[in-house]
Amino acid sequence: MDNRKLQSVKEFESYRTKIAESRKDEYPVIYVCGGTPCLAKGSRAVAHAFKKEIESQGLACKVELRHKVTGCQGFCSKGPVVSFGNDIVYLEVKPNHVPEIMEKTVKNAQVIDSLGYKDPQTKKRSASFEGIPFYSHQKGMILKGLREIDPLEIDDYIARGGYASLVRAFAMVPEEVIDLIAESGLRGRGGGGFPAGAKWKSCRAVDSEVRYVLCNGDEGDPGAFMDRSIMEGNPHAVIEGMIVGAWAVGAHHGYAYIRDEYPLAVKVMKKAVEDATAMGLLGRNILGTGFDFDIKITRGGGAFVCGESSALMRSIEGKVGEPRAKYIRSVEKGLYDLPTVLNNVETWTNVPLIVNNGAQWYRKTGTQGSPGTKVFSLAGKAVNTGLVEVPMGTTIRELVEKVGGGIRGGRKFKAVQTGGPSGGCIPESLADLPIDFDSLSKAGSMMGSGGIIVMDEATCMVDVAKYFISFLAEESCGKCSPCRDGLPRMKQILTDITEGRGKEGDIELLEELCEVLSYGALCGLGSSAPNPVLSTIKYFREEYEAHIRDKRCPAGVCRELVTFRIDADACTGCTLCAKQCPQACITGERKKAHVIDQSTCIKCGVCRDVCKFDAVRVE
Amino acid sequence: MGIDIRKIDEIIESYDKSEESLLAILQDFQHTFRYVPEEGMKRVSEILGIPESKIYGVGTFYKALSLKPVGRHTCKVCTGTACHLKGAHTLTDIIGRELDIEPGETTKDGRFTLQTVNCVGACALAPVVMVDDEDYYEGSSPQDVLKNLRKYK
Repeated sequence: MDNRKLQSVKEFESYRTKIAESRKDEYPVIYVCGGTPCLAKGSRAVAHAFKKEIESQGLACKVELRHKVTGCQGFCSKGPVVSFGNDIVYLEVKPNHVPEIMEKTVKNAQVIDSLGYKDPQTKKRSASFEGIPFYSHQKGMILKGLREIDPLEIDDYIARGGYASLVRAFAMVPEEVIDLIAESGLRGRGGGGFPAGAKWKSCRAVDSEVRYVLCNGDEGDPGAFMDRSIMEGNPHAVIEGMIVGAWAVGAHHGYAYIRDEYPLAVKVMKKAVEDATAMGLLGRNILGTGFDFDIKITRGGGAFVCGESSALMRSIEGKVGEPRAKYIRSVEKGLYDLPTVLNNVETWTNVPLIVNNGAQWYRKTGTQGSPGTKVFSLAGKAVNTGLVEVPMGTTIRELVEKVGGGIRGGRKFKAVQTGGPSGGCIPESLADLPIDFDSLSKAGSMMGSGGIIVMDEATCMVDVAKYFISFLAEESCGKCSPCRDGLPRMKQILTDITEGRGKEGDIELLEELCEVLSYGALCGLGSSAPNPVLSTIKYFREEYEAHIRDKRCPAGVCRELVTFRIDADACTGCTLCAKQCPQACITGERKKAHVIDQSTCIKCGVCRDVCKFDAVRVE
Repeated sequence: MGIDIRKIDEIIESYDKSEESLLAILQDFQHTFRYVPEEGMKRVSEILGIPESKIYGVGTFYKALSLKPVGRHTCKVCTGTACHLKGAHTLTDIIGRELDIEPGETTKDGRFTLQTVNCVGACALAPVVMVDDEDYYEGSSPQDVLKNLRKYK
């Protein structure tokens, strides 16, 4: 028997008190972000520098210091991020900053403003969470844990109140838990926004010996990394939510289906399941309540369609991940044709919060129809990109301009794309729209799992539509013909338009194909595929027309329709473009205007992107 | 191709003998042998009692699996939305020219396989290149990416 196994709720409570007590006298903890972008930018070397510095000074200052590698701290574009509790945050930290941080911040509690955020307008620097707009406009209900908890330490999670919701849930009858979730108004964060309480209730109502609880961690939307960050940074919160869900619906087996492209998330979740099992929080007779529940981790196989519920279930069964018709509901016949509740990573993470704090507390945040917060991955052409969490109902403009800090390079904000390939583009003119499930659908897009891609004036909307349709055509499983045949046809028309072969009537033909798909496709992949096309036609029709009639790409993206030229008056001859040109087709003397050789130019646009003087013109 | 049958059996033995294990077994083949060998699929069929046709179906459905050996290193160019907007397409072209292969192909010396993938979830680094599922490179300067790729032997 594992001696760590906790036999009862009482033992669990006293264990928590014990570890919480032992941590009371702790000295400031240095949190070094271990999210993927920060790792890529060198946070491992920073963590190592702290370790060395602590070891070499440990005796001298007679304090025991801890540094830990946490989950994503959100501000990915300014990584590596190092923070101290909820007060101080340093950005773009390099190993050579470490001695100064140790001396000033750790030993003398001084803030080093120069390592903070530099406001692009006022040029003022701030190193406090409160003083940085990227953080101060957020509300961290879900992400708070990511910033503080060591994902590989179950004790760390328990000491901060983790798994407490189990005690509350076990004290209630399952129906009460379901009522609580229903009252809170929690809606599925995976895209559709289906009320979680209603889903649980219908699953419990089915007469069956066996039921399943699943976690959808197959975050397939390109441009979305919320669930990845949660699984990597706070895996126990996901597991805790699943246990509560299993108790509520009466399930004894669960699966977490995680994308194969997220190796770290798989590793961290596996460890978390093992640790929770060893502690008696998963497995047989959880905390002596007589309730059994286990979780298996299934790695996805790199198929976007497996994010669709019925395809995901087939994939867990070891089969080809093809969806099936929706008239059979998975709460009745899901995995192995047995009643199944499937929620996504973020939805499960909300569950412990609701159980611990109550439905009324939860409803205080967000809107009437969409309570709570939503985690977004803010990406694209905004100045600040990363993982953010805002209350539902925040406007798109607040998100892009306040949290995102506006558009990079002073360019104009054109649109946002939400909901991945199933979502649509919302133009700047509608940016005052509150972000919640219903308003986004009304505008022709959808919440999706929460990817927000910011687009500037150098983004071609026809190209964006072509991008998503090509993606979906590639990912279509091929089971139903509207999707299998309709998407390649749409891709062909869009390709023709972007390559100068568009003709009158193409827009109408696209619209007609969209209609067929939305009515005729078997699953959500096909039926929502029209969104990127219809929304761009609706809001940016003139761009389509410019491509078709004038053979012109107003944004300067479609290679066949543009030429790049260097404006001799604006060019300073800095030679940067010539150095970066992959074709080596830019020539010119230092401090003199450069020229692009049109015969070998591949129109890649690298010169325009690197030019600091805006001297590269697209015609 | 010298595939070690014992290694194949070892992988199969480490899982429950049910159809549920199929995808995981094939993924382990992929990680161990850098592809899903025919011998492996036959053994799975014998041991788990699943028809070979079904295994072939699964083997060709999922993108993470390949029936042909991939290179010693895999270079995955992310073509997620954020990366697309920031020039992933060009980056793929440039890397492809450097390695003299198209996406999906392996260099003649077996050093690199170039792939385009949907989204590696590191959008803040866009356009991003992932090598061997471990190392991430920010691709805004293609020349720097090429320099980094040359480190892999």
